[in-house]
Amino acid sequence: MGDAAIKIGGKRKSVFKDKVMEILPDGGNLNACLTCGACASGCPATGLAGMDPRKFLRMAALGMDEEILSSDWIWMCTMCQRCVYVCPMEINIPQLVYNARASIPREERPKGILGSCDAALANESGSAMATPVDDFVFVVGDVLEEYQESQPEFADMQAPIDKPGTEFVINQNSREPVTEPDEMVPLWKILHLVGADWTYTSKGWAAENYCLFLSDDEAWKHLTKQTAQAAEEVGCKTFMNTE
Amino acid sequence: MRKTFGDPIAEDIRFVVRSVVGEENFIDMTPNKSNNFCCGGGGGFLQSGFKEERLAYGQTKDNQIQTTKADYCIAACHNCHAQIHELSHHFGGNYGVVHLWTLICLSLGILGPNEREYLNDDLKQVNVFHPESEM
Ligand code: SF4
Ligand code: SF4
Repeated sequence: MGDAAIKIGGKRKSVFKDKVMEILPDGGNLNACLTCGACASGCPATGLAGMDPRKFLRMAALGMDEEILSSDWIWMCTMCQRCVYVCPMEINIPQLVYNARASIPREERPKGILGSCDAALANESGSAMATPVDDFVFVVGDVLEEYQESQPEFADMQAPIDKPGTEFVINQNSREPVTEPDEMVPLWKILHLVGADWTYTSKGWAAENYCLFLSDDEAWKHLTKQTAQAAEEVGCKTFMNTE
Repeated sequence: MRKTFGDPIAEDIRFVVRSVVGEENFIDMTPNKSNNFCCGGGGGFLQSGFKEERLAYGQTKDNQIQTTKADYCIAACHNCHAQIHELSHHFGGNYGVVHLWTLICLSLGILGPNEREYLNDDLKQVNVFHPESEM
């Protein structure tokens, strides 16, 4: 790759990597790297911000905590896990990245991700667009009515919210109800035609979860729990995540 | 999906796609399934502010899609849809990027005029359900 050589200044110990190893099953195998480069050669983030997954792991192993934690690359790895899949030692680099994100003070993490997480915490929707529950309920009802009339073959189609005891609870990315509500309809039609017994929930209806990407464990858990509890309350058998 | 449920589920989805578009119109990318590349919309990248890097990341995906010479790419999730849609315009491939539900309803003849935002001109007018309801 012709990367600049990694310079090691004095004796250092990787506090960061050791901490991450403590919380991962089998330590995420973070000490097992053979430096084969399979991860880096198939990673689309290789070369961005002068970094690649192998280099990131080597730097962590060498205790270069400051350098890796100050690299914007931790926001350019999508945590897609392809490197784990191709790695002969199943080394969990994305978990290292996730924890690197978590070690940055919350308010210094990228504004867009932070804002989307905070928006989701603003009300009981869990929506990254801060869409209130009432707005969601209104849009769904309004669009449904419109299609029941304009496409009479679907006059009986339903898009229930908080219907008790259904087979499925389905969530919905905020982009549809907020910016392109017509895109919800094909999904409803398919569910209608196959005779699926389903419902949305009012609380926690939004499918996206930017708190996960922000590495905010508490907030991530809060949003997931909010949705899971809503599904439990209506008593569905299967939760279907559309995101 | 394949990350949670593995490659067998990816096969099930291929069955759906083949049934909807016809075997002769289905083209797989290389590499695929668990070996496939992420499009670069995930992990919060879309909201991270690093747009240039996000597009550079996505170039791997765009190359992969353009190599198939397919007219449409199906994206089943929102992050992917938004990212690949942008890649298609940014790198000039101009292939369509559609949700699976759009193609299922199109194949069933129940896709109305207002549900075609992501179809290109070649399919925009094909088999329109209740064309009079166009807004
Ligand atoms: S693929 Fe695994 S073993 Fe090979 S360099 Fe990457 S982390 Fe190390
Ligand atoms: S998880 Fe990160 S490092 Fe691994 S392949 Fe995906 S983008 Fe690259």
